[in-house]
Formats: sequence, C-alpha cells, structure tokens
Amino acid sequence: MIQQAFFAYFAFVITILSLLIVTRKNPVHSVMWMLLLFFHIAGMYLFLNAEFMAAIQVIVYAGGILVLFLFAVLLVNIREELQIGKYIGAAPTSFTFAVGLFVVIVMSLRSFVAAPPGIYSIELIKQETHTKALGKLLYTEFLYPFEVASLILLVAIIGAIVLAKRRLKS
Amino acid sequence: MVPLSWYMVLGAVVFAIGVFGFLSRKNIIIVFMSIELMLNAVNINLISMSHYIQDLRGQILAFFVIAVAAAEAAIGLAIVIALFRNKATAHVDEVKEMQG
Amino acid sequence: MNFQLPDLAPMMPELVMTALALVVLLADLLIRKKEVIALISMAGVAFVALTLFYAPGGATFGTMYISDGYSTFFKVIFFINVILSVLISIKYIAVERVNYGEYYSLILFSTIGMMIMASAGDLIVLYLGLELMALSTYVLAGFIRHDIKSNEAALKYFLLGAFSSAFLLYGISLVYGLTGTTDIKAIASFISEKGLADNLSLLLSVAFLVVAFGFKIAAAPFHMWAPDVYEGAPTSITAFMSVGPKAAGFAVLGRVFMVAFASAKVDWAVILIPVAILTMAVGNIVALSQTNIKRMLAYSSIAHAGYALLGIITANNDGLASMMNYLMIYAFMNIGAFAVIIMLRSEGFKGDNISDYEGLAKTHPLAAMLMLIFMFSLTGIPPTAGFIGKLYIFMSAINAGYTWLVVIAVIFSAISAYFYLRIVMYMYMKEPKTDVSLTTSFSNGVALAVTTVAVLVIGVLPASLLELAKAAISGF
Repeated sequence: MIQQAFFAYFAFVITILSLLIVTRKNPVHSVMWMLLLFFHIAGMYLFLNAEFMAAIQVIVYAGGILVLFLFAVLLVNIREELQIGKYIGAAPTSFTFAVGLFVVIVMSLRSFVAAPPGIYSIELIKQETHTKALGKLLYTEFLYPFEVASLILLVAIIGAIVLAKRRLKS
Repeated sequence: MVPLSWYMVLGAVVFAIGVFGFLSRKNIIIVFMSIELMLNAVNINLISMSHYIQDLRGQILAFFVIAVAAAEAAIGLAIVIALFRNKATAHVDEVKEMQG
Repeated sequence: MNFQLPDLAPMMPELVMTALALVVLLADLLIRKKEVIALISMAGVAFVALTLFYAPGGATFGTMYISDGYSTFFKVIFFINVILSVLISIKYIAVERVNYGEYYSLILFSTIGMMIMASAGDLIVLYLGLELMALSTYVLAGFIRHDIKSNEAALKYFLLGAFSSAFLLYGISLVYGLTGTTDIKAIASFISEKGLADNLSLLLSVAFLVVAFGFKIAAAPFHMWAPDVYEGAPTSITAFMSVGPKAAGFAVLGRVFMVAFASAKVDWAVILIPVAILTMAVGNIVALSQTNIKRMLAYSSIAHAGYALLGIITANNDGLASMMNYLMIYAFMNIGAFAVIIMLRSEGFKGDNISDYEGLAKTHPLAAMLMLIFMFSLTGIPPTAGFIGKLYIFMSAINAGYTWLVVIAVIFSAISAYFYLRIVMYMYMKEPKTDVSLTTSFSNGVALAVTTVAVLVIGVLPASLLELAKAAISGF
C-alpha cells in the first residue's frame, strides 16, 4: 500500500513537471522545473533499488547537464522571449501526433510480457551492494562498451572546443 | 508491490510529452530539453525493467545513456553557441537559411 | 573474482584506428602543415585496412564484438569513404578557411564509430557506436563556424539525430524488457523459443528501430534533415556522410533485422516495403525541382537508399550481397560526383548552383566528362557501375518474388534520369554564362582518377566485386 502511494506521488509529480517543462514560456523556469524533475526521477530510482543510478542521475543530470542548459539560456534574450509565441505553427499536429504515439505505445504494452527473472535478485544485490555489483559488471562483461563511451566523451570535448572556441589556430 | 506496467506507462507518458515538446516548441533550448525528457523516459523504462526481471543489463545501458546525454549536451550547446555568433536567435523557425 | 582480458586480436583494426585518431589529434599540436596530417591519416587508414585482413575473425568480449565477412566488407567501404573524403578535403577546407587538424581526427573518430556499428553483436555496443559516429559528424557538419548555413546544418542534423536516437533507445528498452537481453543472437533465439514473433510490443520496438535507422540512412519519411544538412555542411563532409553513415546504417539494419528479428520477418518486411516505396518516390520526384546541386544530390542519396532497401526487404543472403555491392558502388560514384562539385568552389565563388554548370563542357571539357560519367552512373546507364549495382539489386528482388516492387523501382529510376541528365544537358548543350574557374589540386585529381576508374571498371567487369560480397556474406 505504502509503495503504491509513493509510486502515485512520484508518477503524478513527474508527469506534472514534464508538462510544465514543455509548456513554460520562460526557459529559465523550464530549467528550474527540470531540476526538480531530475530529483524526483532519482527518488524513484531509489525505490527500484538502484541507488547508484539515483546518485549519477543527480550528479550528472542535475549537476552537469542542467548547468550547461543554464549557460545556454543566458544567451537568450528573455524579455524578447516573453513577448513572442512559444509554439511553432504546427503545434496542434504535434499534439495529435504525441497523443497518438502515447495511445499506440500503451495499446501495444498490453501484450508486453516481461522476460523471466535473471540472477541479480534483490537479496543478491543487497548482499553485494548495488554499486559493487554494477561496477563489477561494468569493468568485466561490459568493458568494451565502457571504452567506447570514453571515446564518445573525448569526441564531445574536441567537438565542443572546435565549435565554440573563439579563435582557433590554423 | 507496484506492477511493472505502471512504470512503463509512466515512461510512455514522459516520452510522449518529450515528443510533443520537441515537435512544437520554438525555443531551441527547450526543444533540446524535450530530448532529455525522452531519454529520461527511456531510463525509467530500463531501470524499472532491470529491477523487475532481476538483471543489471538495463541499468548498464541506462548508465551509458546518461554518459552519452552529457556528451550530447556539450556538443548541442556548442552548436547553439556557434549559431548564436552568426545570428542572434534561439528559435527553430527563424533558422531557415536554406529552403528547397 | 578473476577477470581475464578477452582476446583482443579480432578487434585489431578498431584498436589501430583509435591509436591513429589519437596520434592525428596530437600531431595537430606539433605539425603546422595540415596537409601532412591529412597524409598521416590516409597512410594510417591504409595500414588499418591491412590489419583488417590479418586480424583473425570471430567474436570477442562475449559476442559483443563480431568480426566476420559481413563486417569486413562494410569496413572496406568505410575505409574507401574516409580516404576519398580526405583526398577531396585537403584543398577544399583551405579554401573555406577552416584548415584545422581536428577535422581529420573527427573524421577518423566517426569512422571508428561506423566500424563499431558494423561489428556490433550487442544493442548496447550498437548504440554507442552509432553515437560516436553521429556526434563526430554533427561537429563536422558545422565545421565552417563562420558560415551560418553550416551552423544551421549542424543544428538540424544534431536535433533530428538526437531525436532519432531517443527512438532507438525506446525500441531497445522494449526489446530488453521482452527478452531480458541485448545480445543480438540471444534475442533471436529467445524470440523463436518463446514464440514472441507476433507480439505487439515487439512489433512496436521493430517500428521504433526502423524510425531510428531510417533517420541514419535518410529513408522517407525520416529524410527531412537530409536536404538542408547536405546543402549546408562543408561539401567534403556532405560526400563523407552521404556514404559512411548511410552504409553504417544499412550494416546495422541488415544485422539487427536479419539476425535478431529473423523469426519476426513478415512483420518488418510489412513496415519496410512502404518505407522503401515512399523513399524512392520522395527522393526522385522532389529532386526534379532542385536548383542547388548539393540539395539535388541529397534527394538523389535519399532515392538510392530506397533502392538499397530492396536488398534488405528480400531478406536473403543474395539480397544482402547485392545491397553491399550497391553501397560499395555508390561510395565511388557519389564521392566522384562530389569531387567534381568541390572543384567549382573557389575563393569568393560558391559554385553549387546547377546553373553554374552551364557550358562547362566548353570551358573545362575534362571536368564535364567526368561529371557526365558520374551522372550516368547515378542514373544507372551502362557501361557504368551504377547500372550493375541496380541490376543486381533488382534481380535479387525479382528472385525473392517482389516483381511488382521492382517495377515501381524501375519507373522511379527512369524519372531520375531527368534530373541527372539535366546536368549533362546543361554542361554540353548550353553556352557558358558565368566564368567558372576550377580549383584543382593533386589530391583531388587522385580522388577523381580513382573513382572514375572504379566506376568504369566495375561497370565493365562486375563479377568479382559481387563474388566478393557473396563470399563475405556466406558466413553470416
């Protein structure tokens, strides 16, 4: 019962916050609502026994990505932003499309059957701690994708410098 | 115990809201935030599935999604800044140098 | 717990390529002449191509990395693509005043991403390879920072690319929830074991994957980004990304659909057939009204994706082999066409309007003749390679029982003759209006020579390339 209540709270707040993000006129407000959203999503991850994921959700998303967004928002002329309309002309079509997509997803989810449970039962993770279990997997079985991810981050650094640095030597 | 399908419906709701934001907003930064919403919807899906089918693969993928989202945010905002140097606009409908 | 590092020998090409990209990145600090960096990258890629043939095949890291004939063939396409693109870039990026060393390392990183995609045996690795390829290409598309068109191309490519990868991830998450795994082979066996083939959620995830890969190969209705991005991006990068990411998209499309969803085959053919028809229709019909040649080639590239999709729809080894054969030929003829276009760009002259080609045969007969060969090849007129590519694709589709689809494809192919031959007509039948001076360079000449010879030789002696593709696919 208590679990359902918590889920209901998180689901309700996450939905409302998502709607607020895409409908606010002022981008600064959107960023602030997004901060709150990320904390709620992190809270929900705690209920799914994924405390490491909750931690990096807060650290990377709220601490890293949102700060970048705030920097970019500084470029926008907020006063002018508040004067003009916030949607492009095709917004009603987009709304219909999004609702249609949602209906299609939910309809097809009715035939969804979850796969049979694997070996990482809740007891096992509790015994080993979540971070350790995840870390072991990441550095053994998933070492290859982990290394590829490092290349992606390197490309992000190079790319951001190439595009945004004021002067490049040639 | 909350059934898995509840989480998946929540994921679908957030995903659809993200799609709506992406397709309808003028401001590039909010369009970009809508993509982050969609990625978060995927992560909700992955982590809840991972919990219910007792397998950590989903969380590993969610971990990579967060890493890539950070890289994407850096590149995306660099592109916005590069655009801003040449044309002071943050609206997708004003970025139309090319029309065919 | 003991951990043993898996056998790294099969992934030698990727490792050497990564080392090369890092060396190029560092060399940029020490070497002033950027032409030297271009030379290092080309020599390095040639060396990587050698390791490709000496590295043992097989899977490593579980089955996350698969090296087989299929992936090797695609990697050869990527190497050809990167070498030719670098050749045509050297002079061009100096003309555009963006002669920075990062250009070459980003091209190499993008190619590493494509190689990872072609060899991916796991959806997680596939996703990461795709992002590595895409993020580097976003930056390259916006590489001319002082040009607003280039900024706009990067922005559009980035936004729609990120949007499509969100769809890819949603699809992967559904597959993961249904099967409990992301391994492509394990997904296939789970689906056939549990009889999930007609599950609605699985069908939805297949549809989402079609959306995501459709964006990468620029298939309609997911093609909207292509014309603007192709027009705005630096011309050398347009050539690079009209071949590389497209071939990589086809590589994963083939592997995921033929292996993972093999038992759900009817379902995905039903989704892909309308996509292929729409792609050919949009590509060929909208190309008719274009005035910018890069934009026209963008629509042409959309149309060619439609033809190549026929090879996937046939869903047998024959079809896949003809698709691979087609993509290899497309690499040569498309980069060849861009190598001519790039010559028209000179200081203070854009040279990307179709009207700039008026009377080119009178002022620059050699360039006009080369353009003629590439336009004939893109149309599919014998004795050029483009004809052979289309012929094999259509034959394999007819053998698989899709005669009506081939009839549609041939009709659209006939329509395409109008806009390709219009360029030829402009070059040969009109009087020169503007004074066009060509920017020639040795490297661009090499690229033109290689592509012309390849287009003509494959056109006359097609059998060996197709045999190669068939041999490559046999162990799939």
